[in-house]
Order: sequence, then C-alpha cells, then structure tokens
Amino acid sequence: MKLHKNIAVSEDGLLFNPVTGESYSVNPIGVEIINLIREEKNQESICKCILAKYATDKTTFEKDYHDFLGILEHHNLIESHEEKKA
Amino acid sequence: MKKRKLNIAVTGLNAIDSPGPGVSVIRALKEATSFEARIIGLSYESLEPGIYMHDLVDHTYSIPYPGAGIDTLLARMRYIHEKEKLDVIIPNFDAELYPFIKLETKLKAMGIHMFLPTLHQFEERHKVNLNDFGKKYNILVPRSKVIHDLSSVHSLQSEFSFPMIVKGKFYDASIAYSIEQVKSYFNKISAKWGLPIIIQEFIHGTEFNVTGLGDGKGNTIAAVPMRKQYITEKGKAWGGISISDEKMLEMTRKFLHTTKWRGGFELELMKNKDGELYLLEINPRLPAWIYLAVGVGQNIPEALVHLALGEKVKPFTRYDVGKMFIRYAWDMIVDRTEFEQISIYGEL
Repeated sequence: MKLHKNIAVSEDGLLFNPVTGESYSVNPIGVEIINLIREEKNQESICKCILAKYATDKTTFEKDYHDFLGILEHHNLIESHEEKKA
Repeated sequence: MKKRKLNIAVTGLNAIDSPGPGVSVIRALKEATSFEARIIGLSYESLEPGIYMHDLVDHTYSIPYPGAGIDTLLARMRYIHEKEKLDVIIPNFDAELYPFIKLETKLKAMGIHMFLPTLHQFEERHKVNLNDFGKKYNILVPRSKVIHDLSSVHSLQSEFSFPMIVKGKFYDASIAYSIEQVKSYFNKISAKWGLPIIIQEFIHGTEFNVTGLGDGKGNTIAAVPMRKQYITEKGKAWGGISISDEKMLEMTRKFLHTTKWRGGFELELMKNKDGELYLLEINPRLPAWIYLAVGVGQNIPEALVHLALGEKVKPFTRYDVGKMFIRYAWDMIVDRTEFEQISIYGEL
C-alpha cells in the first residue's frame, strides 16, 4: 500500500491532494502513520512503532489502523489497501 | 531599460458579486514585465467599481450596450481612440464579443489590436451548439436541448430525468427539480437574457475550471486548472486552488489543438464519480479568477497582448500547484462628483 505520489503532508497534519485540490487534516498519530506508510513500512512495523510509543494494544491498533486506511482509500489518497486482509 | 508603453482598453469593470474579469485582467497587465500598461476602462454602467479604482484604471469611457448596434460601438471606439491612441482592446464579456469580433478588421485598420476567437469558433462553442461540438471533437458533454417556448417544456420529461439544468444563452443557470421549476426558470432567465433556453442533463460530480490561451494555430500557450473552494449563491468562485490534473490539461490541449482556438478561454468541467470529465461550457474569454493564473506563474493577459500585437509568445511550461485565491469585497469612498462625471459625460 502506497500513498499516492504528489500528496503533500505538512508537519501540522494537513494533507493536500494536488490532483483534486482537496485538503484534509489528520491528528498527530495520523501524521506519524502516514509518514511510516511513506517510508514503505508494513503493517507489522507500523504496529510495533505505535505500540512502543502509545498506551494501546494490538487489537485496538489494528481496528483503528484499518479504519484509517479505509478513510484514506475513500478519499483516494492511497493506491491500495491490500494489507487490510493480510 | 525603459519598458515600452501600451494603451490597453479593458471592459468588464463590474467587480461585483458576480464579477466581470476586467479588474483581474488589469491587475495582470499592471504586473506585466514586458511593457508598461496605461489602462483605459470601458464601462457600461456608472456604478462599475473598476471605474473608480484610479490606481488601476487611468481613464474610463462609457460605451454603448451591444444592443445599440455595431456602428454605434464603432463610432464610440473611434472617439476613444482619437483621445487615447489605443494599442489593444481586451473585451471581457460574452455578450460584447460578437460586435467586437465583427469590428476586428475595422479596428485593426485604425491601429487597434485584439486577439479574439473567430466568429466560427465563437458560434461553434455556444451553449446552444454544445451537443454538436462534443460529437465533432469527440469531447464528453452533457446532453442538452434548446427550447424556444414554454409549450416544449412538458416533452422534456421523456428525454431528461430530474434534476435538470435550465440555462440562459449567455448567463444564468438554475437546477430544476420539477416541471414547475423548469417553467419558472424558463420565464425568469428568458426575461433577462432572451431566448432560446438550454436544458441540460445534470451531471453529479465536482466542478473544475481551466483557463488558458490558444494561439489560433492549435498550440497551447497557457493552461491553469482550478478547483472552486468557495462558491457563491450565483455559482461564482469566491475562492479556489490551482491543481495539477493531467487529464484536464490533456482535454484542454485537445480542445485547443482541434479547434485551433484563438484567444483566452475558460472551460467549465465536471468530474463524475468514475473520474470522467464532462465539458459543461466554454467561455470565450478570460474568467474573473484570471489573477490566480498570474499568481501561479502564467500572466495570461500579458501573453494575450503580445499575441494581439502579432508578436511571438513562448508557451508557459509550468505553474505552481496548491496556490489559492480568496476574493474579498472592499468598500471604496467615492466623491459624488466622480459619479456625476461618468454618468453625465461618459468619461472619468
């Protein structure tokens, strides 16, 4: 799964899609996850990073992570969401 | 080095809630790097705000409405030219383009240059002819039908589903959800802009616009796509952002290449949920948001002036993506005598 090329992500959490002109705001954890996706980390690595930093469990992370990917996909910001089923 | 001075006349000074492009065009001309523009405003009404913007407009003359006829307009332009030695005129209203296109040769003989679409291009892209235009150039357009009287309204139900768009031949468009609404908009719009009325299939999707400049030989001199971010009740963009959609740029290049479009233009596009681009309308002049194009690196009015003067222009190859324009309203304090001057003498 990849973030569409040219999607601009600001440090403050603003995503801009230059093809559609739409902007979205994401919270700090969202930005962290997006940056990890950009680094082409897989779900397992992303999960490890988040669990090491925040007081949450794997099940909660996975649920929220898939919800988040679903939103990114809905807004056409990522190329595919194959890891959903992995 | 001293820049050469050009006297450029511009219409569309009505910077109101449904603004004419004139003031934005003038701002672009004032920022031109290749010449120094002296701006002559051409107005139709005494309350057009541009008349009173003395930092942008050097002198204004009122001109007759297109309905007064070509000869009346020519006589007025001759008078203005005697006073101002015009080099270029940039007309900015759809409704005035026909008389200016008709006068292009005569004005050129007087030394006044324009860069307008040909009469054939102007007629062919007309809303009334959009179906044929789409077929001829293989461009996706919404289905539309031209109606001349109210009795044809009832037959529309078998051809179109609701909602449908009711459009005036020059301006105005409303979305109708019932036959009663179609009738009401028919009366309202035809009373203002005359007949015929165009009924158009409603395309669900997101609206985009592209402005640009064609050199009349099929080449794209400039093209900037924009997404409207803030739309007024009249459907006008009050804020927008430059985008980089290759499909839109490709459609624009195809439009310019196949029609050999001459002059500035604005394409109104709708992208449906499947990503298909529909061409809703071709405005045969620069749009009111043209200053965004300047802001992202393409001074289209400046390039248009060079083309009008028969000079070579290098096509723009890039523009900044993600730049926004945000329009605002501004109250000017104007002395009554200025209003009297333009109202009584037709000059300010």
